[in-house]
Amino acid sequence: MCLAIPARIVELEGDRAVVDTMGNQFKAKTTLLPHTKLGDIVLVHAGFAIQVIEEEEAKKTWQLIAEIDEFSDTQNRVSG
Amino acid sequence: MLERIYKAQQLMDAACKTLGRQINIMEVCGTHTVAIFRNGIRTTLPKAIKLLSGPGCPVCVTDQGYIDIVLDLAQRDDCIIATYGDMIRVPGSNGSLETKRSAADVRVMLSSTDALQLAKDNPDKTVVFVAVGFETTAPATAVVIKEAAEEKRENFCILSGHKLVVPAMRALLAEKNDKIDAFLCPGHVSVIIGYGAFNEIVNDFSRPCVVAGFEPMQIIEGLAEICRQLSQGKAELKSIYTAAVTEEGNTTAQQLIAECFEPADGCWRGLGRIKKSTLKLKDKFSRFDALKRFNITETPVEDTTGCRCGEVLCGLIDPPQCALFGSACVPETPVGPCMVSSEGACAAWFKYGRKKQR
Repeated sequence: MCLAIPARIVELEGDRAVVDTMGNQFKAKTTLLPHTKLGDIVLVHAGFAIQVIEEEEAKKTWQLIAEIDEFSDTQNRVSG
Repeated sequence: MLERIYKAQQLMDAACKTLGRQINIMEVCGTHTVAIFRNGIRTTLPKAIKLLSGPGCPVCVTDQGYIDIVLDLAQRDDCIIATYGDMIRVPGSNGSLETKRSAADVRVMLSSTDALQLAKDNPDKTVVFVAVGFETTAPATAVVIKEAAEEKRENFCILSGHKLVVPAMRALLAEKNDKIDAFLCPGHVSVIIGYGAFNEIVNDFSRPCVVAGFEPMQIIEGLAEICRQLSQGKAELKSIYTAAVTEEGNTTAQQLIAECFEPADGCWRGLGRIKKSTLKLKDKFSRFDALKRFNITETPVEDTTGCRCGEVLCGLIDPPQCALFGSACVPETPVGPCMVSSEGACAAWFKYGRKKQR
């Protein structure tokens, strides 16, 4: 439950942001990161950005998520 | 990459040889538990290294009494229950939020802000937000409490089930399981509290504490660092999750928690009552406390199902040692919370092969 997902801030107004993770966009708040700015990549947990991270680090996580999705798809095909 | 794995293996082998006994390393984070199983990390470790899944999943450590209060509130016609999806299937003494759903208004939220919005959209009902989670999640609750106070939103309240990781680690070592040799500390909790928060475990209990991220290599190197310390007879604090974790953590989030909450004694499944281990709303926000709003007194509830989640959470048994595991208790019809949550130790054992893992 404490997992945070890396996402890029693509819109920002006050502390209300729209973030993008692997093409999926959703709303997030930046209240916990007052100095964050448009284009930053942040870790988002339960709708809140909790930390700014480097793009390279985010890419590693995105890659992992993609692999898990791929793996789940394969599993579903095998079982279904 | 291969070189790093080889080096990690060398450190682990050295520790096994030097100590000449089983080495018990506990992870205190449900996301670590899942990552360890999914990547088959247990199967790659030397036999003498035993990984224990500790009280790191907020759903798993939430005690039955809390769930029963949520279920009671769900029965009320004037309430809407807003909850993170993780909580919906956790069984209380009589059913779960999922089984009550036909008769109750239960909404699954991705964020605390959605729960507050729900209150705005339903002025004639009181929205009760089931506020569970460790320090990673608590700031999100604090933000909406402040917002609700500013807006004078009277039809919103929370049932705080927020818990603090470090007091639980202390209680584990002091009272439940002194055989834990070291902790692999949680990554995203540490983003908020900072790795410095684990200093007291290192100093007071002489146990290595290593903060790691969630990639397989991070976990393996975290375990290797623990082994390095153990074989040298050291207990140190170290974070290898440098990409996201600082020593002081997210101070804005910490201040928000401190502004809205104060540490209070509270019940954990498996660990019992732990001093100053839960977060209670401060007096100035007490009108948003569901316990006060509905005049509820918390009463300890005895679990009579034979479920041994408590012992699993303390690292005293592995899930297959519970008689219910895999027979009466499976992910589709869970008896205990560690089988409900996808991050629970029992669910992970069940899903990723009961025989192959150690």
